[in-house]
Amino acid sequence: MTPISKTVGAIRIVPAVAIPYPVGNPNESEEKEREIRERIVREALMSLVKEY
Amino acid sequence: MKRIIFYTNQFFGQIGGEDKASIPPRIEDGAVGTANLFKDKVEGEIVATIICGDNYYAENIEECREFISREVERLRPDLVIAGPAFNAGRFGIACGDVCSFVNDKYGIDTITGMYIENPAVEIYKSNTYIVETGNSAASMRKAVPRMAALANKILRKEEIGLPEEEGYIPKGIRVNVFHEKTGAERALDMLVKKLKGEEYRTEIPIPVYDKVEAARPIKDLKKAKIALLTSGGLVPYGNPDHLPAATAKFYKKYPIKDIDRFAEGSYESVHAGYDPVYANENPNRILPLDLFKELEKKGEIGSLYEFYFVTTGNSTSVADATRMGMEIAEELKEAGVDGAIMTST
Repeated sequence: MTPISKTVGAIRIVPAVAIPYPVGNPNESEEKEREIRERIVREALMSLVKEY
Repeated sequence: MKRIIFYTNQFFGQIGGEDKASIPPRIEDGAVGTANLFKDKVEGEIVATIICGDNYYAENIEECREFISREVERLRPDLVIAGPAFNAGRFGIACGDVCSFVNDKYGIDTITGMYIENPAVEIYKSNTYIVETGNSAASMRKAVPRMAALANKILRKEEIGLPEEEGYIPKGIRVNVFHEKTGAERALDMLVKKLKGEEYRTEIPIPVYDKVEAARPIKDLKKAKIALLTSGGLVPYGNPDHLPAATAKFYKKYPIKDIDRFAEGSYESVHAGYDPVYANENPNRILPLDLFKELEKKGEIGSLYEFYFVTTGNSTSVADATRMGMEIAEELKEAGVDGAIMTST
């Protein structure tokens, strides 16, 4: 829910997959899910080292 | 006879609950679900009801707008009514977006209803009429007549009065009015009252925008201590501390030192604002502990804080959320945590 995060003033926001599964996707295989999860987590960590 | 299109979600459209939040938009003839509460109160005919899953709208805004555009062009309504969404975030966004874009694109009047703290209010209040409602569907009985009254004024093309009179949330529009006293005199009156400790009413409330200053970036992730948080209501199975399903006023922290992922069956989601089935199947979909533990093992991050923090981000009041955030931040600072990652649903 990126628009809500922006409204309340959050700064480092990483878009996630969907509301019931922000870092997963039950429609994909377990392998693919892990990949998705890893990608989002890495993006989040990258934002922590970035200047805002 | 004036024509009205009604917009609502899967729940108020009587299709289903969270399990149906991903249904694409569909249209039914006449009034369906909550639209029936408005049917005999509005001075127009509800020619159709559009129903869309809250998750679907949030995740497919363009496509939903296209659907609505086609129906608006086909049915040519004089007014679109959406909601009311009360404090529901996703539904609020959908209602706000529908009303806002239909008004922008076609110049058709639109009206919806929301609780003042609904995040969609800040985004959409200037683009449509948002009637102020209570914070849950328990206040539907009061919301409907208020919305209908304003809808009728709009349909009759009457002049719409000030927000306080008509019951809608201020749109940020300025109009010139005549006063008996000059601005200088009124300001002095106010000042005298203020100095005397008497009640006075400001003419221009200064808007309070939440501006959070960005924390300094982490220099070296490999040395950093990272804390994990979630507003997804993920708790040890059985919810031992009774974290509420909505309007939570507290948070909890649970140890993660001795596990390397959230095991199915050991943790569950108690958040009532989304379908928990996927979270319960694999809680790491809500808070990716498995990934973080791996990164910690590989040395890509320094270490993980030994607890994760959780609350239920469902109709949490702004005041409570702010307080919880501050309390958690205090603890993290004391513990020498460098960065925090929170997932929300």
